[in-house]
Amino acid sequence: MTEVVEQHPFAKYLREAMMPHIWCTGCGNGIILNAFVHALDELQIDLDKLVVVSGIGCIGRTAGYTNVDSFHTTHGRPIAFATGVKLANPELEVVVISGDGDLFAIGGNHFIHAARRNIGIKVICANNFNYGMTGGQFGPTTPLKASTPTTPYGNIEHPFNLVHLAAASGATYVARWTTLHVRMLTASIKKLLQRKGFSFIEVVSQCPEIFGRRNKMRTALEMMEWFKKAAVIANFSDPAKAEITPEKIVVGEFLDLEKPTFEELLREKMNEISKENGE
Amino acid sequence: MKSAVEQKILALNGDEAVAYAVKQSDVDVVAAYPITPQTIIVERFSEYVANGEVETAFVCTESEHSALTACLAASLAGARTFTASASAGLALMHEILFVTSGCRAPVVMAIANRALSAPINIHGDQSDTMAQRDSGWIQIYAENAQEVYDSIIQAFRIAEHPDVLLPTIVGLDGFTLSHSVENVNALPDEEVKKFVGTRRFPNALTHEGKTAPLKLDPDYPMTLGPLAFPNYYFEFKRQQEEAMKNALSVIKQVHDEYARISGRRYGDGLLEPYKLEDAEIAIVCVGSTAGTVKTVIDDLRTEGVKAGLLRIRTFRPLPVQGIREALEHVKAVAVMDRSMSFGGQGGAVFHEVRHALYDSSKHPLTVNYIYGLGGRDTSPSQIREIYTDLQEIVKKNRVEEPVKYVGLRE
Repeated sequence: MTEVVEQHPFAKYLREAMMPHIWCTGCGNGIILNAFVHALDELQIDLDKLVVVSGIGCIGRTAGYTNVDSFHTTHGRPIAFATGVKLANPELEVVVISGDGDLFAIGGNHFIHAARRNIGIKVICANNFNYGMTGGQFGPTTPLKASTPTTPYGNIEHPFNLVHLAAASGATYVARWTTLHVRMLTASIKKLLQRKGFSFIEVVSQCPEIFGRRNKMRTALEMMEWFKKAAVIANFSDPAKAEITPEKIVVGEFLDLEKPTFEELLREKMNEISKENGE
Repeated sequence: MKSAVEQKILALNGDEAVAYAVKQSDVDVVAAYPITPQTIIVERFSEYVANGEVETAFVCTESEHSALTACLAASLAGARTFTASASAGLALMHEILFVTSGCRAPVVMAIANRALSAPINIHGDQSDTMAQRDSGWIQIYAENAQEVYDSIIQAFRIAEHPDVLLPTIVGLDGFTLSHSVENVNALPDEEVKKFVGTRRFPNALTHEGKTAPLKLDPDYPMTLGPLAFPNYYFEFKRQQEEAMKNALSVIKQVHDEYARISGRRYGDGLLEPYKLEDAEIAIVCVGSTAGTVKTVIDDLRTEGVKAGLLRIRTFRPLPVQGIREALEHVKAVAVMDRSMSFGGQGGAVFHEVRHALYDSSKHPLTVNYIYGLGGRDTSPSQIREIYTDLQEIVKKNRVEEPVKYVGLRE
């Protein structure tokens, strides 16, 4: 027997009034949002305790699309904003969903320092290798030699290896997947949501309209064929050796450890001082 | 006026007009970060760089703060320097705006005027540059793509003039100008090159007691931007004000000289009056809205209404005396602001026009209209309503509501 349902089972996670979304046909952002929503559903996360923060860029629209308390910051500032939310109310689950340009160029400082102090916010970065929203300029993750409107003869700047950066900065959970690895990504987001400390997932995502078509991958399928061909799953391998190249995209979990979070240490310190002062 | 040289008509939007003018102005360094609606400027310019059409070092930075810092440094090292931004990008530059003007670095910057967050809005208004009016930068606002082109070329001469040495913003309304294609008369490359010339440097006394051109040069070491505590800081600021005062006449001179070549004038370069001599009621505005106001004035004039316009082209330095002389014969003045000064009873342009009129023996009645925030369209019929209001104010000889809002749902 078939069951008739009035509503899509995941409808409660998204704001229908915000649809249609702005993302191009073939964009990977929908896959990331989908994986996020699945993870929320599988964990039965209390939506009243979830905050989604995003910055400027295509994926930044997520803050408006998810049906939870959310904030869309100015360019580069979602982690700074999320830090404030988490400190004001450590009981909240604070998730930053933003792009590579936002989190690692204009907002790069916030990332390394949030990871260093191990504040318990969760960061999911859609890495599409360029500034898609403003026309595809090269950014901090654009691969060497890639063609963009601002690197018409090929990029000569070395890109960040985001998982290495996150691990070196002090993140306690670090993973990378591509949009092709939907199930692994969903499982990884579930873990990210269950960790206490600063957790980071890089999602290598296709941008056929703005990035791919200038780099001989005109369609989403062609971009994902690259992911399929290049991706190598190597869990807990050395993130320093996980540079993304045309030949190889190392994916998997790189780091999963525990250390005291900033908010825990803060509370501890405050209690200690209160006790000393006889309060 | 007739042009002294043959010009090429190009179909350019405002952003492209900026890029084309920069291309012709022999610029050494451009550093920028993309932001809507400015992006086309640097996109076009990066194409000129890639095609080898310019000898410019083009730097893509990781934020606007870094973009202006790179420009500041390049300018201090003696380079002719340009950047462009908008909205949050300009706001992020705030700290360096003051450093640039304080160092007297003549950086030229185009701003595709756009609203500020929150809520996030990418469309046109002038909140971004109005919020920076005390940052020590010259501010020139264009009415159309042609004026954008002309103003950028003039801006290099103004900024780099040894009596001025101040960074200069050229504002163009986001989307209305940045993204609308118009016919633009462009001067020949060699004419622009001749007009902008090469940078001249005033001499400075170094710490070693040597006289050297004011720039970072290993042959004549000097420190720029050092500490100046209560013993010297104040004098630096007073000198910046003197430079602003000098800019009033330099902007007029450069505008006149340019007009002789191009055949194009925008009032005296500071203020552009339109049918104002015999006007009884007038609008004061900044930027592209002046175009709409002019067409409404033409209609009103055929109906016998003595309506006029004063467009403020140069907002910093503010031509206080010019504003007073242009408006004091008018009975009622409506000042239009495309930004808010929250809690200040009216917008920035209103405050400053009223300030200019205070020393007049005849005080025209003044009223403020806030309009077009976040890109809201302002139609000719709304402009016409403002003139109707002014007629009413003249009849009653009083202003009942000093601050009004155009096209707002309330």
